[in-house]
Amino acid sequence: MDWLNSIVQGVLVGGLYALFAAGLSLIFGVMRLVNIAHGDLIVLAAYLALATTQTLGVGPLGSLLVIVPLMALIGYTLQRFVLNRTLGEDLLPPLLVTFGLSVILQNGLLQVFTADSRKLQAGLIETASIPIAEGLSLGVLPLLQFIVAVAVIAGLQALFYNTPMGRAFRATSDDPSTAQLVGLDNRHVFGLAMALSLAVTAVAGVFLGVRANFDPSIGPARLIFGFEAVIIGGLGNLWGTLAGGIILGVAQAVGAKLDPGWQLLAGHLAFLFILAIRPQGLFPRVQD
Amino acid sequence: MSAQAAHIETATRASRIGVVAIALALAALAAAPFLTDGANLSLLAQIYAYLALATLWNLLAGFSGLVSVGQHAWVGLGGYGLFALTIFGGLHPFAAIPVAGAVAALAAVPVAGLLFRLRGSYFAIGSWVVAEVMRLAASQISALGGGSGTSLPVRVVASIAASRQEREFAVYWSALALVVAILALTIWLLRSRWGLSLRAIHNNELAAVSNGVEVARVRLFVYVLTAAGTAMIGALIFLQKLRISPDAAFSVNDWTAFVIFITVIGGVGRIEGPVVGVVVFFVLRQTLADLGTIYLMMLGLVAILVMLKAPQGVWGLVADKWGVEIVPLQRRVIYAKSAPGEPASARKEEPKP
Repeated sequence: MDWLNSIVQGVLVGGLYALFAAGLSLIFGVMRLVNIAHGDLIVLAAYLALATTQTLGVGPLGSLLVIVPLMALIGYTLQRFVLNRTLGEDLLPPLLVTFGLSVILQNGLLQVFTADSRKLQAGLIETASIPIAEGLSLGVLPLLQFIVAVAVIAGLQALFYNTPMGRAFRATSDDPSTAQLVGLDNRHVFGLAMALSLAVTAVAGVFLGVRANFDPSIGPARLIFGFEAVIIGGLGNLWGTLAGGIILGVAQAVGAKLDPGWQLLAGHLAFLFILAIRPQGLFPRVQD
Repeated sequence: MSAQAAHIETATRASRIGVVAIALALAALAAAPFLTDGANLSLLAQIYAYLALATLWNLLAGFSGLVSVGQHAWVGLGGYGLFALTIFGGLHPFAAIPVAGAVAALAAVPVAGLLFRLRGSYFAIGSWVVAEVMRLAASQISALGGGSGTSLPVRVVASIAASRQEREFAVYWSALALVVAILALTIWLLRSRWGLSLRAIHNNELAAVSNGVEVARVRLFVYVLTAAGTAMIGALIFLQKLRISPDAAFSVNDWTAFVIFITVIGGVGRIEGPVVGVVVFFVLRQTLADLGTIYLMMLGLVAILVMLKAPQGVWGLVADKWGVEIVPLQRRVIYAKSAPGEPASARKEEPKP
């Protein structure tokens, strides 16, 4: 039962990793951009949520009403004024610009919020749990986080395949010059994609902050978890990304159960193992 | 055009002057231990280490299109290799440096096998995962202090040289020798057949493949070579520090971010770029490092601005404006003066990348 408990908790954490990954996967799908600052933007969202809860006196979930539009705005602005200039044949500019952005964000957060660990306080919900069986219970918060992750991915899936905006994303992804010929403004479409990506990041940041302590230096590790979930699940498949997040979460939980020092290592090794035996991921959709 | 005597050269007027200037500068740097104090020597050795790391990253990312953000994996492996080889293997520290390089080369082969499955940008993050795995693995080695690290034992330190001053000199000269060797090897490589292949892949991968360039083999060769060189520099860095810990050895800021900023600011894809970048970086560091986080933010901002406004870097701006190349890589056809009326002009054989 102890093991089952660990695995169930791993699955629930996997939802959070899928949230880290969804934003990353989305912008890669639309414009082949890999955002190295993605993890630091998640941490930024957590800090913005902290500031919101402190100034407005709302709870972390209430702060989403402020943080989601705010991060979307930051994403649109960032894309239009900085990242659009880096897109092209050459790999270096987008990688290096987002790498520079990552360093700026980390040190900026360090300057404003210091290196102290912080946490978002969600009140009673944090400790509430639903008993399932002897020795196995589901925390309300991890369960909520998992349900939100599934809902976000279902929402993105619906948006991609059933709305005009999703059609614009897919058209631009398939062939940017033809998309422009039929009247789409790629710069604007890319801006919207980044806005959507950072809106998802905002949700991820709030749940990250409620679940555990955070400080300015933890961004890169979140980027890596998200990236691993994307690759395990297969590029371009959002449900695959959820599966990837769950596999990563379970691998970490099992590793931690064996030895607390192996938690992160076990996750990375699971990723490398899948990369070795199935480099296209478990459920690939697009080739790149 | 009628048949006429011609030969191929890479040298330019600037490069001939450059060779003399470089020789003079090297002589002065080699004599530095007799001219300056220990603190300056240690600073110079750090500059050499960064110059070598930036040159190797440039070879990887600028010339071979393998944009790695995980080079700290190899710095850390080299550092830990040095400590393990001297403490457990009983090797002399200077013998341990090339052995650590060889160990990294061996490790780089399976790592490349995995990472090369990831295309383009995802290769970059994959290389970071490898560094994370190595950092976490290093913190599990309890014989080397686990997560908190360890110091180089006195007997190993004493085996470098008897007195403190002699040790400083020995480490300084080996750093100078290593950076000169790495620079020379890189220049030779880029002027050789391998360099032509790299340039062909960079310009048009499909065309390169159809002309018989074995892309996978060339990339593997460059990846393994840079891993070995980076690990040797890592070993030397931690021989100078005399203390190692997983966080210091596998620091993404120290061994990847700074190295990338140096190369980008100086000029990616040019041999002279890292040299210029390292000078700019150390001038900024010596004057602004007290600002701490603000300094790092400025460095990130400068790198972004360079990438957006002048992607050819500081050296690229200079080189393009005045047409100087200290280390020219392209071959040019020089026609003999025998044909009357035809000036002995130099025609570039291939366009700039």
